[in-house]
Amino acid sequence: MSPAPQQAPQNAPQHAPTITHLPLSERLKPWLPVLLVPVLIVAGYFAIPQTSSWLTLTVSGLAMGMMIFVIASGMTLVFGLMDVINFGHGAFISFGAFVGTTVLLMLSSMTGAPSLFLNLLAISAAVLAAMVVTGAIGWGFERAIVRPVYGSHLKQILVTMGGLIVAEQMIYVLWGGQEIVILRPETLKGAITFAGATLEKYRLLAVAVGLVLFLAMRAVLRRTKLGLIVRAGVDNPEMVQALGYNITRVFVGVFIAGSALAGLGGVMWALYQEVITAHMGNEIMILVFVVVIIGGLGSVEGCFIGALTVGLMQNYIAFLEPKLALVSNIALMVAILMWRPMGMVPVVKAKG
Amino acid sequence: MNRILSGDGPKSWILAVVLLIILISLAFAPFLFPGSRSLETAARICVFIVLVASYDLLLGYGGIVSFAHTMFFGMGAYGVAIAMDRMGTSYSALALGILAGAVAAGLLALLTALLSLRVRAIFFAMITLAVASAFAVLVSQLSGFTGGEDGMNIRIPRELTPAFRPLDERVLGQRISGKLINYYVVFFGCLILFLLMLRIVNSPFGRVLLAIRENAFRAEAIGYRVVYYRAMATCLSAVIAALAGSIFAIWLRYVGPSTTLGMEIMLDILLIVVIGGMGTMYGAVVGTAIFVLAQNYLKSLMGGMSEATSALPLVPDLLSPDRWLLWLGVLFILSVYFFPTGIVGRLRGTR
Repeated sequence: MSPAPQQAPQNAPQHAPTITHLPLSERLKPWLPVLLVPVLIVAGYFAIPQTSSWLTLTVSGLAMGMMIFVIASGMTLVFGLMDVINFGHGAFISFGAFVGTTVLLMLSSMTGAPSLFLNLLAISAAVLAAMVVTGAIGWGFERAIVRPVYGSHLKQILVTMGGLIVAEQMIYVLWGGQEIVILRPETLKGAITFAGATLEKYRLLAVAVGLVLFLAMRAVLRRTKLGLIVRAGVDNPEMVQALGYNITRVFVGVFIAGSALAGLGGVMWALYQEVITAHMGNEIMILVFVVVIIGGLGSVEGCFIGALTVGLMQNYIAFLEPKLALVSNIALMVAILMWRPMGMVPVVKAKG
Repeated sequence: MNRILSGDGPKSWILAVVLLIILISLAFAPFLFPGSRSLETAARICVFIVLVASYDLLLGYGGIVSFAHTMFFGMGAYGVAIAMDRMGTSYSALALGILAGAVAAGLLALLTALLSLRVRAIFFAMITLAVASAFAVLVSQLSGFTGGEDGMNIRIPRELTPAFRPLDERVLGQRISGKLINYYVVFFGCLILFLLMLRIVNSPFGRVLLAIRENAFRAEAIGYRVVYYRAMATCLSAVIAALAGSIFAIWLRYVGPSTTLGMEIMLDILLIVVIGGMGTMYGAVVGTAIFVLAQNYLKSLMGGMSEATSALPLVPDLLSPDRWLLWLGVLFILSVYFFPTGIVGRLRGTR
């Protein structure tokens, strides 16, 4: 290679970053989805007459959104990495909820004690047990059910749906058919009053956990080498493979992590609803699908924004017009798909 | 004969015999198997054959997974129920209800298809699941209009009810009643719809659908608008499902969320299509017959086995009749892996 010329030729075009020419509206465009959540909160403020109920609803909407995010993030990454769509994801939620509840019921002396430390310890034990179990189930699920059908969406949908049926029935076999009532630990019961609004303690905890998890996940994905490989794998798996990384192993790791997160989400949801059923996972999956679609399949950020939007929307509409809660989320999905057909934060695949 | 079957015969003599047995049993069900319970089963088989075949049109021929098929089925059923409720019992109300249900189902299918198939075929499965559950919630909440969870009883024209007795003497040992006429309305309605679908899948349109299923990219390159064909398949299948729903509503004289909209029915349809054989149409017939019979007899068998093993831990729970969905799920997964062409594909000897 010859050394670079000292002077650029006279007739070379002037290079200036095109971004400087873009008007503000164009530059804001990629950030528009991020603005959706504050816009929705403000819209809710004007639509709901009392400020106190608006505050309560916002907190519970955020709590719900965070839980949906915890559940949906694994699924969206799994799709991004290996083009695998897992309809059986809901089973991990149910399993997580049942395992967590069983542990909490066993530790009833700890959950009943009026000590925050003991309560949190019991919840941590429940969460850990749930995540270990669902992670293990996820590993088996990937091996036995998903691996033989790589590359065929049709078969994936069918087989994972079959896996969901079997997993749900196994819950019936192991825990029986009736729903189980689980009460929140002593110190997380009740609510605190802030600016005239009652904010349930548990919901605040859920928001905090979700936020911490999102930031941690973002840090792992942005700052660590593992995150780099995962992100590169989402963009172009073949290239990552060619560079010498075992993309299948990365994928299995993400699948297990995603299943474990669904288990965590299941425990959180169980304590949110305070009652669990075998088909609860399937019910939540409706919202998870909406979130994953509007966020953009494969995008963690999109998933986060989508989850918060759906959670807030669900709570606001349920207050204003209870009958339209679920329909409003479908309407939201339709509107967003018309606006951005690939989701709010589209994942551009390098492959065809 | 070849013309009636649109040139798409069973292509296997075992299959031909099985199909013939099913056809004859259904055609003469009231005389061969007297009793109202077996007549109920026969009518159910007829309706489900059409429902499953219309799903096969979408899944087996179009290669699209939908979870909203029961929604379209329910729209047909509710169309009849609501029309009869509002306009009173008459044949014109019946016709209007059937038409309204079918048109509504077709339009909703078109909207869903255009929204999701335009982007990615895989979105369709998720979006239909969401839309169907929203629809089910809406139906149970708008109780003033749909009867809510309780559903609605339908007052059908008197000629179709058991109270109608056109003849005093018995024919072949059977009393001729409106119930019998109603059964034959169901039977011939379903037969016509099934033959119509056989015609559709063997038309040039059906061939293009198959081409798209095999290789969407290539079909697009040859010059077929993939989205158009997939959307049309969705609409056709939705309309036929709605018609099947109308027939079912007329037969049951009742419509409710559990009989038409439930997720269980959707899973049943999925299982029948895969076990019977995707993309064969006849798979729907064989699959439904086996499934409905299994539902009746396998459950009692499992009950017996559960009692026999009651001394062992966990095994009786696994074998309890309530858990038959567990074994169907296992069977379903295994058949997707090992017999992707189902019973009919096996009999025809394709792979």
